[in-house]
Amino acid sequence: MSKSSLKQTLKDLDTKKISIRELNQDYLKRIKENKNLNVFIHFSEENVLKQIDNLENDNSAKKLKGIPIAIKDLFCTKSMPTTAASKILENFNPTYESFVTQKLLDEGSIFVGKTNLDEFAMGSATNTSFFGNTINPLSKENEPLAPGGSSGGSAAAVAADLCLGATGTDTGGSIRQPASFCGVVGIKPTYGLCSRWGIAAFASSLDQAGIFSHNVEDASILLQSIAGFDQRDSTSAKVDIPNYFENLDDDLNGKTVGIPKEYSIDGTPMEISQIWEDAIKVLEKKGVKIKNISLPHTKYALPTYYIIAPAEASSNLARYDGVKYGFRSDEIDSLDEMYENTRAQGFGREVKRRILIGTYVLSAGYYDAYYLKAQKVRKLIADDFNRAFNECDFIVTPTAPSAAFPLNEKQNDPIKMYLNDVFTVPASLAGLPGISIPFGKDKNNLPLGIQILGKHFDEQQVFNAAVSLERSYE
Amino acid sequence: MKINKNTINKIARLSRIKLDDKESEDYIKDLNSILDWVEQLNEVNTENVEPLSNISSSILPKREDVSNDTNSSEEILENAPDKLEGFFAVPKVVE
Amino acid sequence: MNNFIKGEKHDWEMVIGLEIHAQVKSNSKLFSSSSTKFGSSPNSQVSLVDAAMPGMLPVINKYCVEQAVKTGVGLNAKINNYSVFDRKNYFYADLPQGYQISQYKYPIVGEGKVTIDFKDGTSKDIRIVRLHLEQDAGKSLHDQNPSKTYVDLNRSGVALMEIVSEPDIRTPDEAGMYISKIRSILMYLDTCDGNMQEGSLRADVNISVRKPGDDYGTRCEIKNLNSIKFIKQAINYEAKRQIEILESGGTIEQNTMLFNTSTGKTRPMRNKEEAHDYRYFPDPDLLPLEISQEEIGKIKSSIPELPDELKNKFIEIYKLSNYDASVLTAEKQTSDYFNESINSDPELKNHAKIVVNWITSELFSLLNKNNLDLNNSPVSPENLGQLIKLISTNEISGKIAKDVLEDMFSSGKTAKQIVDEKGLQQVTDQGEIAKVIDEVIAENPKMVEQYLAGKDKLLGFFVGQAMKLTKGKANPKMLNDILKQKLNKKN
Repeated sequence: MSKSSLKQTLKDLDTKKISIRELNQDYLKRIKENKNLNVFIHFSEENVLKQIDNLENDNSAKKLKGIPIAIKDLFCTKSMPTTAASKILENFNPTYESFVTQKLLDEGSIFVGKTNLDEFAMGSATNTSFFGNTINPLSKENEPLAPGGSSGGSAAAVAADLCLGATGTDTGGSIRQPASFCGVVGIKPTYGLCSRWGIAAFASSLDQAGIFSHNVEDASILLQSIAGFDQRDSTSAKVDIPNYFENLDDDLNGKTVGIPKEYSIDGTPMEISQIWEDAIKVLEKKGVKIKNISLPHTKYALPTYYIIAPAEASSNLARYDGVKYGFRSDEIDSLDEMYENTRAQGFGREVKRRILIGTYVLSAGYYDAYYLKAQKVRKLIADDFNRAFNECDFIVTPTAPSAAFPLNEKQNDPIKMYLNDVFTVPASLAGLPGISIPFGKDKNNLPLGIQILGKHFDEQQVFNAAVSLERSYE
Repeated sequence: MKINKNTINKIARLSRIKLDDKESEDYIKDLNSILDWVEQLNEVNTENVEPLSNISSSILPKREDVSNDTNSSEEILENAPDKLEGFFAVPKVVE
Repeated sequence: MNNFIKGEKHDWEMVIGLEIHAQVKSNSKLFSSSSTKFGSSPNSQVSLVDAAMPGMLPVINKYCVEQAVKTGVGLNAKINNYSVFDRKNYFYADLPQGYQISQYKYPIVGEGKVTIDFKDGTSKDIRIVRLHLEQDAGKSLHDQNPSKTYVDLNRSGVALMEIVSEPDIRTPDEAGMYISKIRSILMYLDTCDGNMQEGSLRADVNISVRKPGDDYGTRCEIKNLNSIKFIKQAINYEAKRQIEILESGGTIEQNTMLFNTSTGKTRPMRNKEEAHDYRYFPDPDLLPLEISQEEIGKIKSSIPELPDELKNKFIEIYKLSNYDASVLTAEKQTSDYFNESINSDPELKNHAKIVVNWITSELFSLLNKNNLDLNNSPVSPENLGQLIKLISTNEISGKIAKDVLEDMFSSGKTAKQIVDEKGLQQVTDQGEIAKVIDEVIAENPKMVEQYLAGKDKLLGFFVGQAMKLTKGKANPKMLNDILKQKLNKKN
C-alpha cells in the first residue's frame, strides 16, 4: 500500500487524473476496512457522501478542495457531534464550528470523521477515552500497540491512510508523541498561531492545535490553512503567516543546531540515542554547525507541567455540570447531588485524577507552594530556551523516550505514564513550535521520532530542518 | 502524607465529584505519589522570578462595545438536558 | 455627638463596610457581545461565551474598561496601569463557567475616598479599598416551579464594578448616605444607570458591633440588598441581633445572611457553603490588562464635573449654602436642571436661592404628587426660569406664582402665557395700591383703632383684606410699606 501525499493528490485532482468522488471513495473503503482500529468516535459515510455532493456542485477554486481530513474530536463541529472522548459530552451537538475546522471547510476539505483521543486530551496512549482504545495501525497481529496520545486517533488515521491529514491538539506532547508512535509527521506550532476558539479546553495556557500528515511538505500546506489571527481568542497572535510550503528550503548550510545535553536521560533506550546521533550526523554533513547547549531546568519541566495543566483543567472542566449541555446523572435530589453525580459518572478516572490534583494545588494554603512555584519554574524553563536560541537556529531532540508500547501494558503508575512527555513538555511550557518526524526504527521495526524545535513563530525554520532530515532519510 | 481522607473529601467536594470509598483510597495514593514527585521543584531557586501565566507577549486585545442581537434562546437551550419555558431547569435550590 | 447605641448594659458602636456591585452601563457584556438590555425574554441575550459552551473564550470590552477607569477617577482613586483577571471558582446553577472572571490580587482601581455631607454642615470621608471589574452571574428563579429552579442567563457576563469600602461607616444613615453618594457619582459619570430596583446597583453589607474603643468584632455579611431603605433596615436589625447575643454572653458566628424584605429580619443562608475556597488564579484565556498614563489622561479629560466639584462651584458662584448646594448636586438631573434654568436668563444669576427653592420645594412636590421624575417634568428648565424671572422682577407675587406653576405643570403653557391670559400681573402702581388701602382703612375703623392701640398683629389682617381686593396681585412689599405709612399717619 503506497500512500499518496497531499501534494500529489492536489496535483492529480487538478489534472483530473482522479475525481473528488473517486478519491474519497478510496478513503471510505479503507476506513470501513479498518474499523477494528477504533480510530473514529464519529464516522458517517452518509455525511461524507453529502460533502462530496456539495463540493461537486461547487465551482469555486479552493486550496484543499475534496481533500479527506480527519478531525480530533476535541474540535467543535456543526456537522458532527463533539464528545472530547467523554461521557459527559454525550449527545452534544455544537451549534458552531471551531476556528480551525472552519478554515479547513472554507478551503474545501472533506471531514471524514471525528477521531478518538484521550478523554479531554488527558493521556499519552489514547486509552482514557470513554469510547475505548485506538489501536496503532503498526501493531503486529497478536500484540496491539498504543498509538500514543492524546491525539492517537488522528495519528492512527494518517498512519493507516484513512485521510490525507488530520488535526490534533498538543498540550504537553499530544501531537508529537503519537506522531512518533505511529510513524507520521506531527507539528505543534507556536502557542497562539492557531486560534483555540471552538476547541474544548484542557489547559488554556498550553493548548495548541496542529497537524498530522504523511510528510513534512503536506504538514506545511495544512498548517498554513489552519493558522491565523482570530479576534475571538485573546491569546491568538497577530502575525503574518508565510507560505510555508512555497518557502520550504532544505539547504541548511550555515545554520546552527542546538543539542541540549539535558535530553540525554538515564534509561533512554540505546536505539533512541542512536537515531538522535544519526540525525545530528546528517545535519553535520549538510553543513549545519553543531552546538551543544544547556537547558538547565529541563528536569523540572514535567513536574511543572503536571501542576499547571491540571490546575487550569480543574477550572476549565467546571463548566461540565449537567446544566447547559451534555450528560446529566439521574440521581439529582438536589443541585449539589446533581453536580456530584453528574461529574462522578460523566468523567473518567484520569480526568478526575487531574481535576482533583488541580483543585488541590490551587486551594487555600497550597497555591504558593505548588501553583505559583510551578509558574516561576515555568519562567525559568522559558528563559532557558530564550538563551539557547541566541546560540542556535533550531534544536534537535528525540520525540519520545520509547517506541509505541503494548496497548495492554499496565499503566497503574500515573508518573510512569507522565514520563512519556519528557521530551515534548519543555517546549510546550515555553510555547515553542515543535515537529516530530519519523526517523529510524527500533529493534522491533517500530518507528521512532525526531523532534525539531524552533523559535517563537519560526515554523518555517522548523519545516526547513524537518524536510531536510526527511529527504536525507528517504 | 499530604493527602488524607479529609483532604480528599474536601477537594472532591470543591470539585463536585462524588467518590466512593474505594475511589477515595485510590486517589489518596495517586495524589500523594504525584505530590511527592512534584516536590522536586523545591530544589529550584525561584527567588525574584516572575511567575509566568501566559507565554504570549502580546497586549490584551479589546473589542468595541457593540452588541449583536442575533442570539436565540433556542440555540442556547438546544443541548440542555432539562429545559422548561425558555429556562434551563435544575433541581430546586433552597437558599 | 457620638453614634453609639444604648444596649441593656452599655453602649455599642456599629462598624460597617459596603461592597457595592454596580452594573457597568454598556451596550454589550464584559467578555461577549450579547446585549445587556434589562427585561428581555429568558435566555435571549446569551451568547455561546455566556453559556460557557466548550471552547468558548472571553474577549474584553474596551468601553467597560474605560467606564471602570472613569469611575475610579470619580472615586478619587488610584488607577492601576497593570491589572489581572482571575478566575473565582465555585459551582452554582447561574454560573455557567463554574467560575466567575473577576480581579483579585491586581484590581484595576486602588485606594480612593468619597465624602458624605451631613445636614449640620459637617462631612466625613469614607475610604475606598478598591474597585474591580467582574462578570455578573445569571439569575436563578426559585418560585416558578414547585420542584425546580429555573436559570436565566441573560444577566450572565454583564460587567460589574465591585466597589469595596473600608469599615469606616458607623450608622445606618451613613451607610445610606454613602451609597447615595456613590450612586450619584456613578450617574454623573454615566458609568452605571443607578437603578436599584432593577438590580443595576446593589450592595453586600458587612457589619459588626463593638464596645466603643474596642477592636473590631466578628462580622456578618448581609447579601444582595437593593434599596437604601432595606440597607438601613437590615443594618438596624442585624446590629440589634448581634448586641442581644453579645449582651447575653454569646459570641457572634461569622455568617452570610439574607435579609427578608417583608419581615425586616436577617437570617443565615440555609445552604451554607462549607468554608469557601475560591481557588483564584490568573485566567489563562486572558492576558494582563495594561493601561497607559496617556489612556488614563484621555479618559480623565472626558470626565464631566462631579457632584463635589459642582457643589463647591455652586457655593462660590451663587453663594448658596453647603446644604442647598449638596441637595442640588445629589442627583445629576437636578444639577443639570438647575444649570439650564439659571442660565436661561442672565438676570437669574442674582436670584439663585429663589431658583433652588422653586426647584427643590415647589417643583419637586408637584412631581412627587404626580409620580414623575425630574427628567419627565412637564415644566422645562427655561420655563421655570421665566417664571422665576417674573417673580424677581415683581411682575407676579410668589403666591400667584405657585398657581401659575401648577397651571404650567398641567397645561404645558409658559408662565408668560398664563400670566397674560389671566391678567395676573402684579399691581405695582402706587396710586392704585394706595386707593385700595384707603378703602380697607375706611371700611374697618374699629380694627384701625385697635391697631393704633398697639395690636400690631392686625397688620396682617389689613394686608389680607387689601390682597383680597386686588385678587392677590398687589406687590406685597409695596402694599406693606404704604399700609404702614397710612396707618402711622392716623396716629
